[in-house]
Amino acid sequence: MFLSSRGKIWAVAVVLLVLAAVMPFASSYIVLLVTQALILAILAMSLDILLGFTGLPSLGQAAYLGMGAYLTAILATRYDFGLGWSFWVVVVLGILIGAATAALFGLFAIRAAGVSFLMITLALGMCVWGLSYRWNSMTGGDNGINIPGRPVFGIDLAGGVTYFYLVLGFFVMSLVMLYILVKSPFGRSLVGIRERELRMRILGYNTWLHKYVAFIIAGGFGGLAGVLWAHLNGIVSPQIVVLATSVDALLMVVLGGPGTLVGGALGAGVVVFLRDYLSTVVPWWQYLLGGVYVLTILYLPGGLMGIPARIRRWRAQQAGPQREKKL
Amino acid sequence: MDTRFWLIQAFNGISYGALLFLLASGLTLIFGVMRIVNLSHGAYFLLGGYVALSVIAATGSWVLAIPVAALVVAVIGLVMERVFLRRLGFEPLRQVLLTVGFAYLFQQAALDIWGGDSKDIIPPDLLRGSTVVGGLHLPMYRIFMIATAVVVGAILWLLMEKTRAGAMIRAAVDDSEMARGVGIDTSRVSMFIFALGAFLAGLGGVVGGGFLGVYPGLDFEILPIAFAVVIIGGMGSLTGAAVGSLIVGLADNFGKALFPEVSYFTLYAPMVLILALKPTGLFGRE
Repeated sequence: MFLSSRGKIWAVAVVLLVLAAVMPFASSYIVLLVTQALILAILAMSLDILLGFTGLPSLGQAAYLGMGAYLTAILATRYDFGLGWSFWVVVVLGILIGAATAALFGLFAIRAAGVSFLMITLALGMCVWGLSYRWNSMTGGDNGINIPGRPVFGIDLAGGVTYFYLVLGFFVMSLVMLYILVKSPFGRSLVGIRERELRMRILGYNTWLHKYVAFIIAGGFGGLAGVLWAHLNGIVSPQIVVLATSVDALLMVVLGGPGTLVGGALGAGVVVFLRDYLSTVVPWWQYLLGGVYVLTILYLPGGLMGIPARIRRWRAQQAGPQREKKL
Repeated sequence: MDTRFWLIQAFNGISYGALLFLLASGLTLIFGVMRIVNLSHGAYFLLGGYVALSVIAATGSWVLAIPVAALVVAVIGLVMERVFLRRLGFEPLRQVLLTVGFAYLFQQAALDIWGGDSKDIIPPDLLRGSTVVGGLHLPMYRIFMIATAVVVGAILWLLMEKTRAGAMIRAAVDDSEMARGVGIDTSRVSMFIFALGAFLAGLGGVVGGGFLGVYPGLDFEILPIAFAVVIIGGMGSLTGAAVGSLIVGLADNFGKALFPEVSYFTLYAPMVLILALKPTGLFGRE
């Protein structure tokens, strides 16, 4: 239960390997859900860089998902681009458009802090939603855009399991890259900013620039998630850019445990299970989703990943008095 | 596009703004006094509409439905504040997620109780016709919305500026620590403000129900627009909420009429600019 950091890496690797081994035998519906959870996990991890490591609670992370997804859909339907080997170009473009959008949005948002940051990211997210909903000639408005099919390059991604492996690959790549990022001196200084921005500024760090770069990186990974999302569902509509998607992403991070990366992935799994699986089984699923929100906030401040530490603390408290007796 | 077009659009924008004022005045008070980003506020609006439908179904009285719905929603808000939000203290992110959780719970409850169909609140005959002013046909209901907003705005202004309770609230907005220092029970002020905010949202829901309808999803549709009003006007300022409502109401109407493809963008982009350039909004205090 209580693992060293090396042990944790092994645990994550084992879980992913088991997932990869089991999927070919799972029903196509389960494969779809797991793939969806992995894509949202990338989005949640990108948000964790902001929320968990830098202390910036963005209420508009869905915007980058939307930018990546709409770019993919528009290129595929209008220019017939990205459905062969050019898919890899679209992946790069999707990351770039997410990063570029974040670079623009960051100019407005990074100046703000606390409640203002929440509000400004909400407003920026709503700008993207407004365009996707209303800019009919470009986005297809409320109906969205249907993508003709998944890319084929040597392998055909049409199969659910094949696409799952592709997404799993991107997920692992994202996890490794973000892990290296947060362990790097840059990542350490982000944590320093989260803990005490003023001290970091006194130490000579350009904290604005650090936050700005983190914001752009998070946007890039959000864009990547968007590209993968577009091809998973074959349709891109304003539904993915709504406020609820951004709020859900925040919940994933807070539920899993902010500042842990894999916590966001865990949270994504729980939210997808509630929203996309349970909603097909019971009509009252939203009580559970709402309940998870409320209970997480009231009783799980460190998220699911914080549970072992809490148990440890609790045990130490229990053991404490006895040890004193022995002495 | 003659004068008539502009006049009609302006009238429509002002009447929509009047509805927004009912929703945003409560939100801005909650925001200003308690610094709570209340994402349940749209759900209060929706619940107000649904409760009114039930009251009308039971008693047949639309006039009775307005106060009853607003009071029921006020009680819901009061309980939420006392039992849950109080415990959190000042943590914006956790407040946001908690209020979203409640918004989802309310959504599901509304679906279970009132079903998923879109419904309309039918106002009395008097408000269903239209009147001719200077050659323009103006729907009575829109005039009623404007009148309601004016009356509510006047009452709120009197409450805030002329009463002892109002002075305490203003003190809590400006500097809650100082207010506590001079013996103001800010906890009770918060409770009162939250209940008042919910009351206004419920009232807005009833009035809005005769105009927008009452349907699942309305809560999260109207919520960001209310936030745009609050941000543009300035958190905690009633004057700001009034001016912000007019600006957003007009921007929404003219945006949809003139530049339909970017109409929502024209609503949220000003919100971004104001937050970036003057975070206190047009009328908010430092």
